[in-house]
Amino acid sequence: MSTDREIVVLGAGMHPWGKWGRNFVEYGVKAAQDALKDAGLAWQDIQFVAGADTIRNGYPGFVAGATFAQALGWTGVRISSSYAACASGSHAIASARAQILAGLCDVALVVGADAAPKGFFAPVGGDRPDDPDWVRFHVLGATNPAYFGLYARRRIDLYGASVEDFARVKVKNARNGLANPNARYRKAFTMEDVAASPIVCDPLRLMDICATSDGAAAVVLCSKEFAARHTTSPVRISAVSTVTPTFPSALIELPDIATDSSVAVAPHDLSFRASLAHAAYQEAGIGPEDLSLAEVYDLSTALELDWIEDLGICARGEAEKLLRDGATEITGRIPVNASGGLGSFGEAVPAQAIAQVCELTWQLRGEAGERQVSGATVGITANQGLFGHGSSIIVTR
Amino acid sequence: MTKDHKPVVPGWFTTSGEDFSLLGTRCTACGTVFFPRQETFCSNPACAGTEFAEVPLSRRGTVWSYTNAGYRPPAPFVSDPDAEWQPFTIIAVRLEAEGLIVLGQGAPGVGVDDLKVGVEVEIVPGVLYENDEHVYTTWNVRPVEVKA
Ligand SMILES: [Zn+2]
Repeated sequence: MSTDREIVVLGAGMHPWGKWGRNFVEYGVKAAQDALKDAGLAWQDIQFVAGADTIRNGYPGFVAGATFAQALGWTGVRISSSYAACASGSHAIASARAQILAGLCDVALVVGADAAPKGFFAPVGGDRPDDPDWVRFHVLGATNPAYFGLYARRRIDLYGASVEDFARVKVKNARNGLANPNARYRKAFTMEDVAASPIVCDPLRLMDICATSDGAAAVVLCSKEFAARHTTSPVRISAVSTVTPTFPSALIELPDIATDSSVAVAPHDLSFRASLAHAAYQEAGIGPEDLSLAEVYDLSTALELDWIEDLGICARGEAEKLLRDGATEITGRIPVNASGGLGSFGEAVPAQAIAQVCELTWQLRGEAGERQVSGATVGITANQGLFGHGSSIIVTR
Repeated sequence: MTKDHKPVVPGWFTTSGEDFSLLGTRCTACGTVFFPRQETFCSNPACAGTEFAEVPLSRRGTVWSYTNAGYRPPAPFVSDPDAEWQPFTIIAVRLEAEGLIVLGQGAPGVGVDDLKVGVEVEIVPGVLYENDEHVYTTWNVRPVEVKA
């Protein structure tokens, strides 16, 4: 399972998720310092900084690479700043990986941090009928959870899923999050708690939908040669998939109010989400049967079930059965969101994809404490954001 | 005094007569239909088309999925903050002839219990909101069988 395009995660660090009311830069610096310490390196050793941007914190957020480099103390280090909605963290990782694999640097720091507003994410101001993000809010009142509601309803009407299945995902992820010191919500939830929460977008209730959080995550990435001088048990990144959709995109996706037309060209066999994972498997030379665990983007509870199928862990319509059988528990055959997932964290957009890699790194090192997946050797991440962004990263040891 | 009726976005649907429909465009080179309308470039990667004809979209389709807005959406959605919130439905409609799915708000009175994936629905004129000068019109979706 080793390819010559692998790089190594030498260090991982996070700032706990929450609503701390401070500047996102503070969170990012803390995560970066922890990742450096974990790697056994000094800030001055870093040759490249890849920042994942936040668009909710003004100019410093748009130039995250520079912002974190300045905060840690200018060293002349080269930088990049990436924005790719929920996949921003993965794009930053991809940027650092390209530098390392091209031989332009040996060791890089990747940082993403956010201080998020309360409530629904809303578009920036002004009257902009050419912006699909403006259109869906103004013309339809279609918030992000509305799209999650559409997907969840499909599972009920097509596959016989129930709202209890969705609640089961919340209960599982909340239980996992109890054992995660970086999670925002460290509280057990019952099926009754979920059922008692108000409907946000039918059939989804408030507790089916992830909140928005402050938080930060960082990784130190390096070449295998560099790693050999610092560790004897490297955790490797074997694939970074950031593919975009293939025309015609046949699934209604955020923030669009209509899909592409398939009149002239037939849709691809794989959905966009499935194609993200497919490209990752191809790059790593493995398949879903090789996975020890998965960290997927549970923006809603029902979406975790979609992802399980998109990752090829089971066939379409069978994820509820896996869930009910306990296969996706930490003790199950294929644990999903052992970290507690977005349900326990709330989304800190530019940090989230990096946090998924942090979790896999700790799991594969056997350092995940009470939420440790026994004998974990291969993990996959998956996420999707607005405007055709998404990512899937495979971590192996 | 009656207020002026204005489409929420000009050119996206017909504004006169009984033959209400959404208006898209069709690439004259490859036949791909676009809604919202696209008029200067074709997004089919295999097509270099630059000419587009306006086409009315099918008035009927089937429900691909549906949900509702249990909470008041943020601006730029327009609503009266003092009025009690009444959830509206959002319906994804599959239009077979155009090979696409389009979203619309359910017509007033259409609830999630009136819907099911696969049932036939029609696209009808509706009102999005009004202010002192104008009534802003839009399209709505409603099941064919509960038609008044
Ligand atoms: Zn064309």
